[in-house]
Amino acid sequence: MEKQTKLTRRHFIALSVLGAGGMCLLSRCTNPPLSPWRFITTQESTLLDALVEQIIPTDEWPGGHDAGVTNFIDMQLTGPYTRYQETYRKGLQAIQETCKTKFQKRFEELPFEKQTQFLETMEAGKMEGKLWKNGLDRQFFRLIRDHSLQGFYGSPRHGGNKNNVSYKMMRLDYPVIIGQNRYNN
Amino acid sequence: MGNKHVNAIVVGAGAGGGIVAKELSVAGLSVVLFERGGWATYDDTDTDELKSQRTTVLGNAYGPDDLRYKRVIENQDGSTYTVLPSEGGYNNNAACVGSGTVSYGAMAWRFMQEDFKLQTTYGSIEGSTLADWPFTYEDLEPCYEKAEWEIGVAGDATQNPFGAPRNKPYPMPPFSHNKEAQLLYDAAKRLGYHPFPIPMLRNSVPYGGRPACIRMRTCCGYACPVNAKCGTQNTVIPIAIATGNCDLRINSVVSEINVNEQGKITGVTYFDEKNRKQTQTADLVVISCSATETARLLLNSKSKFFPNGIGNENDWVGRNLQGHAYTGAYGIFEDEVYDDLGPGASVAISDFNHHNPGIMGGGVLCNEFIRMPYSFTGIRPPGSASWGTDHKAFQRLNFKRVAQAVGPYQEIPSFEARVEVDPVVKDFWGIPVVRLSGSRHAKDIEGCRLMSEKAENWLKEAGAVQTWQSVGGGRGISGGQHQAGTCRMGNDPKTSVTDKYGRIHAVPNLFVADGSLNVNNGGFNPALTIMALGFRVGGYIASEWSKGNRFK
Repeated sequence: MEKQTKLTRRHFIALSVLGAGGMCLLSRCTNPPLSPWRFITTQESTLLDALVEQIIPTDEWPGGHDAGVTNFIDMQLTGPYTRYQETYRKGLQAIQETCKTKFQKRFEELPFEKQTQFLETMEAGKMEGKLWKNGLDRQFFRLIRDHSLQGFYGSPRHGGNKNNVSYKMMRLDYPVIIGQNRYNN
Repeated sequence: MGNKHVNAIVVGAGAGGGIVAKELSVAGLSVVLFERGGWATYDDTDTDELKSQRTTVLGNAYGPDDLRYKRVIENQDGSTYTVLPSEGGYNNNAACVGSGTVSYGAMAWRFMQEDFKLQTTYGSIEGSTLADWPFTYEDLEPCYEKAEWEIGVAGDATQNPFGAPRNKPYPMPPFSHNKEAQLLYDAAKRLGYHPFPIPMLRNSVPYGGRPACIRMRTCCGYACPVNAKCGTQNTVIPIAIATGNCDLRINSVVSEINVNEQGKITGVTYFDEKNRKQTQTADLVVISCSATETARLLLNSKSKFFPNGIGNENDWVGRNLQGHAYTGAYGIFEDEVYDDLGPGASVAISDFNHHNPGIMGGGVLCNEFIRMPYSFTGIRPPGSASWGTDHKAFQRLNFKRVAQAVGPYQEIPSFEARVEVDPVVKDFWGIPVVRLSGSRHAKDIEGCRLMSEKAENWLKEAGAVQTWQSVGGGRGISGGQHQAGTCRMGNDPKTSVTDKYGRIHAVPNLFVADGSLNVNNGGFNPALTIMALGFRVGGYIASEWSKGNRFK
């Protein structure tokens, strides 16, 4: 049941994106919104990949990127987290524009440690400039952090925690105990 | 297409209402039992941590939903904001048949004798509406017993020397401890405390036609896949329906209690499952919607006879909102203490429920229910990273090494902690929503500090190599799933909302039967007390009815 609904929703979104794209062509829109994602653009997805990898970095176990956390966030942004769409759009843009001004690079092109420092500044609420006014730095950092942790440690049915990776890492499913292993994909 | 007149309407099929509906329908009254949600089943969300009743970030597993419900929170400075049911500030209780009893942790506490006479025990406290209950523990004891036997409780009362006197043992033997609980049990013994198995509304052996518990790690916050957890949805409500006298109307939202031209309560207005506005008349009405929603319904029922809402002549409806300040400590052990034997919580000490010098009340301390992986991301010693490589490594290294001792501190009742209805914001059906304001009593934190210290020492004795406290009870709104107090019982109509049987003062045929009645909320999870009150109110109505009293 669940899978069918998802497919339908995906198709629906794909169709509406095509529709919107058509309108854009007519109005000479410069940024066609065609994207394999539900809410985020392709460009935003590479940035989100880097962000979720910062929250849960790869070590001897896969990190946020490989666990599909970006997919989790994108999925929720057209579901229970629709209310955060605007903050994501603004926050992701603010990160890229700040990186462009400061480093002449996109966030995901920065070395890993530089990315970490950048996020630490956001976490501390110390970003400067108009883009970050009203506490967007702290607020958006918290969203990214909480949503990444949810995507990595929550049920795979929501689009993250691919192959139950976090459960395996925490040795939660082994040994198998009857009646306790009900993690559906 | 009017609805047929019935003897009684019960609004809310939770811990209190389910029992009242059963008591009345078994006694031969015709009953309509309204429930705003539907039937919950395990397969709706099974073990999904992010959509459970414990972690609700992607929504409440068993309602209410984010699309139709909201509430308003008033900050200390008077500013307000709107919250959704999936957000913590909402102070949610489940919207389904059985309500919280479908997905609760199912601790089955009786309050203690002192809890029924806090003012006598502790004297008056500045800034508090502390009072004695209009009856004693002994008066409620038979109702506790009914709750334990009719709903089903596993435990061993002989191991708790502080437990209130009782006439009958629990119907089922206690649960065994898992590894962590056994360590804490042994440590408590060494410290001279009196550890005992937590009484649970959960089958330790087959009972009531349902099987024994299979020790899931997901239990508190989740429905049971084998129906071993005992709630009103799998005990009293089916009995009520089987009498043929009880009509359960699910997905039906009651918006107002109706009053006729003579000022008499005639029934309720509700929105049915197709959102059509309907009327149901009855001889009497019982409200069991939880402390926030019961107060809301009374306050939303305004008429020329009740300009401030029903029962609210003296501005007491919605006052004294209490929940529990959860307070305790964490410990990291060198060896793993996790053996995956759920649901986790099984050992308790009641040594600090009362008679702590300088502190009003106290609370029970227990080991905690198993934390699922996302919940565990928030459990770190002070100063730890909340993300990144170290955070991930902690998750991996310590998930099975951390134990928590924690408990519900009995909050000091505060008149300013309250439920109102918002003058502007309405829900999907156009009904004014709950507005929460006020704060816990300033002294609550002192009791919490004491309990957290005791919890930390307990963990140290059990072998924890690193410990830290998490102290609850700070200022702010209380309520949560343990919400209580907003329609206080009392003998004086000036300082209470209902009489000692839950009847609204001066209204002959309108009753309340849920945690709203609690004068104070005990140092325990309140579910069994709400059930006992359900038996008390329901039993009183049924017995009066059989004597010919029609509550006119």
